[in-house]
Amino acid sequence: MSTVKLTVNGRSVSAEVEDRTLLVHLLRDHLNLTGTHVGCDTSQCGACVVHVDGRAVKSCTMLVGQVNGANVTTIEGIAKGDELHPMQAAFRDNHGLQCGYCTPGMIMSAIDIVNRHGGELDEATVRQELEGNICRCTGYHNIVKSVLDAAGRMKVSAAAE
Amino acid sequence: MGVEGIGASVVRKEDKRFITGKGRYVDDIKLQGMTHAHFIRSPHAHAKVKGIDSSAALKMPGVVAVLTGQQIVDDKVGNLICGWAIHSKDGTPMKMGAWPAMAPETVRFVGQAVAVVIAETKNQAKDAAEAVVVDYEELPAVGNIRAAIAPGAPQLHPEAPGNIVYDWEIGDKGAVNDAFGKAANVVKLELTNNRLVPNAMEPRAAIAEYNEAEEHFTLYTTSQNPHVARLVLSAFYNIAPEHKLRVIAPDVGGGFGSKIFIYPEEMVALWASKKVNRPVKWTGERTEAFLTDAHGRDHVTTAEMAFDKDNKILGLRVSTHANFGAYMSLFSSSVPTYLYATLLSGQYNIPAIYAEVMGVYTNTTPVDAYRGAGRPEASYVIERLMETSARQLKVDPAELRRKNFVTQFPHQTPVIMAYDIGDFNASLDAALKSIDYAGFPARQAKAKSEGKLRGIGFSCYIEACGIAPSKAVGSLGAGVGLWESAEVRVNPVGTIEILTGSHSHGQGHETTFAQLISERLGVPISQVQIVHGDTDKVQFGMGTYGSRSLAVGGSAIIKAMEKVEAKAKKIAAHALEASENDIVIENGEFKVTGTDKSIALPMVALAAYTAHNLPDGMEPGLKESAFYDPSNFTFPAGTYICEIEVDPGTGKTSFVNFVAADDFGRLINPMIVEGQVHGGLTQGIGQALLEGAVYDQSGQLVTASFMDYAMPRADDVPSYKLQHTTTLCPGNPLGVKGCGEAGAIGASAAVINAITNAIGHNKLEMPATPDRVWHAIHGQA
Repeated sequence: MSTVKLTVNGRSVSAEVEDRTLLVHLLRDHLNLTGTHVGCDTSQCGACVVHVDGRAVKSCTMLVGQVNGANVTTIEGIAKGDELHPMQAAFRDNHGLQCGYCTPGMIMSAIDIVNRHGGELDEATVRQELEGNICRCTGYHNIVKSVLDAAGRMKVSAAAE
Repeated sequence: MGVEGIGASVVRKEDKRFITGKGRYVDDIKLQGMTHAHFIRSPHAHAKVKGIDSSAALKMPGVVAVLTGQQIVDDKVGNLICGWAIHSKDGTPMKMGAWPAMAPETVRFVGQAVAVVIAETKNQAKDAAEAVVVDYEELPAVGNIRAAIAPGAPQLHPEAPGNIVYDWEIGDKGAVNDAFGKAANVVKLELTNNRLVPNAMEPRAAIAEYNEAEEHFTLYTTSQNPHVARLVLSAFYNIAPEHKLRVIAPDVGGGFGSKIFIYPEEMVALWASKKVNRPVKWTGERTEAFLTDAHGRDHVTTAEMAFDKDNKILGLRVSTHANFGAYMSLFSSSVPTYLYATLLSGQYNIPAIYAEVMGVYTNTTPVDAYRGAGRPEASYVIERLMETSARQLKVDPAELRRKNFVTQFPHQTPVIMAYDIGDFNASLDAALKSIDYAGFPARQAKAKSEGKLRGIGFSCYIEACGIAPSKAVGSLGAGVGLWESAEVRVNPVGTIEILTGSHSHGQGHETTFAQLISERLGVPISQVQIVHGDTDKVQFGMGTYGSRSLAVGGSAIIKAMEKVEAKAKKIAAHALEASENDIVIENGEFKVTGTDKSIALPMVALAAYTAHNLPDGMEPGLKESAFYDPSNFTFPAGTYICEIEVDPGTGKTSFVNFVAADDFGRLINPMIVEGQVHGGLTQGIGQALLEGAVYDQSGQLVTASFMDYAMPRADDVPSYKLQHTTTLCPGNPLGVKGCGEAGAIGASAAVINAITNAIGHNKLEMPATPDRVWHAIHGQA
């Protein structure tokens, strides 16, 4: 057992966990942040994607020891109060989700994609960048639309800040 | 229509919780004192269980119990059932072996559970499972249909000699023989419909809680049909009487058929929760999903079509072997029979059809309904055959289809189905236009000059949805009726709750069903709450599968609404001192037509509940329910055309264009409908290009994770061009047909027809991986 201390969604947290605990289980089982999902156990599906120090990471690939002192953001931490993150709003407006299970990981990956490309995205790039996130419901059509839409929105909101 | 009524693409009410991480799936739920289950599963495809030694495991930290198959048999928990009785050609009932929830004596597929460890934490349960020693005596296994029916093959169940469950037939064999006897041309095709793994992104999960004082169970489960689960658990598995068993299916992360069935894990969790007298949680891992969720498809088929000299179809003869896996899953028997062979007429006038289907046991995971269930297999047979016929007869594939389309409705096919309405030319025309079919030869020539092989392929599918008229399916052997129920509760303040027996696991019922109410009452959808997925709240329901939720469940809502409106009009007329025949409902108000007199819905509702001034003899309250049993199936149909390019150097297929023109009748929320089509098409393309469950000779599943089984990813599929044509379904009050499965039913044939068009011959099986396509081009097997 070890004590791990980190920041999650802007809040300092600590937990006493087994050393073999994965970040995703720390979030779900110890911090009750159940928006981050487990879909495959082999780091293929991306349902567990969160941001660690600002970068998208599959939280099933990290042991808690690796996030000691890190700054973690989950799907629960990206809206500003009642105001949705532009990526969340774009997924809703473009019907980018159906059952919702892959959605948190999709949104967290998509934000990272837009951040890395500075809002300059085309369909082919979005499809290639979404390689690590599997969705069984939407056929990706509306997810791609959502990401492209959000890229525009995020550019506008970045310019406004 | 109102702004949020029928035909409006309003954004979904349910989305906010999903995009903010506030969905509530089974694995998100924690109960006080909850234990965790981990199953011990057979590593062998066929073996005797000689003994289980759990003594070391019981001493490990946190272990509460190790329970075995023999104990569940001793406690008289029932064997798993198959709910649709099929009879062979000779009149004998299908031949089934017993399927206990955990195997006490013999395991028949890799992954079958033999015991379960219950512990304080999931990791403790997994650790202890490593210490349980199971003594297996391996037996010879059969990993596929061909091996199972070979002379001298190892036998799975003594009840089913030769590993044959049934040898079934439909249609008029003599009439088909006559048709082939006078044929000018006969086209023959041998096809494999590859085995698929449904892979909803949320793995199955269950939490069972037993209340000793009340002798009452609660089950949280990933189910598409919680009431059916309760019925089966109660009536057949002896878990508890129905009134002592509550089944809750909260947010469910996709189903695609795989969450219809009541699996051993739910049964064991319930039984174990009483044994250890604490809540028991089981959450499947992905490899457990691959090994134990019911698989789909897996047919081997020979099909022949007879044409006259004018290229009119005279007859169709089909022979199929269907792989059922090691046990007969809940609705498995109906899939390759009444959900498959009854659709073999496709969109065509075929005077004579004969099909025979042999159901076969193998040492593999049980096979049951997966998105489309039988209809994708039928559509694949007929649409591959039509395309092959056009090539052999040297006619245009669109025109061969057009020449044989059914154009008069209703149309009775030779295989039970009576098509109520459709316009197959309209969807074909829309698709041809959208893909610019006339320009294809020029595009093909240009591609050729660039060293690429360009191909175009058609699929004109029809399917049967709105499953199904209870009397009809009962006469065909179904153990259940397939109606749906609804309850409409108008609260005293005028807000509305709709309780439905349908279950949403991605389909958007919370929005679409609310739109039905908005359309009728003129109230915003925010005033309407859809309640589903809890047997304590909804009285009964048959659940969601077979694209039935709107056609059957939505129609039940309309029936209940009609009763509510009739009563509300009486109350309004009484309050306004008018005749109820003069009351109309507009924008949430009850108006006396031709006057400025009106009363708002909340005031009518309040009057119903205060009951201070109701018409004489009227009961207080404003709540009605209805059960709706459809009069026929609905028949969505359409044309998919796919244009692809193959790189002959690598065998890789790229999409140039994919056009879908569907007729789903009336659309309630076009945005949601299109989303369903996108998803279905992608599963159909997945089958055609990527997916395939592979078993080796010994019955090991080689593709048991996302590392080995190719799920469609974003860069494997194109953006789609969708068109809608409309004939309203005459069989239900909404005129709707069902859209959930069409894409998966129609897409694979279009893709394979396009690739075989590109490479110039027909020797190509699904999934058409680059390796297979390269070998098909370069002539090496």
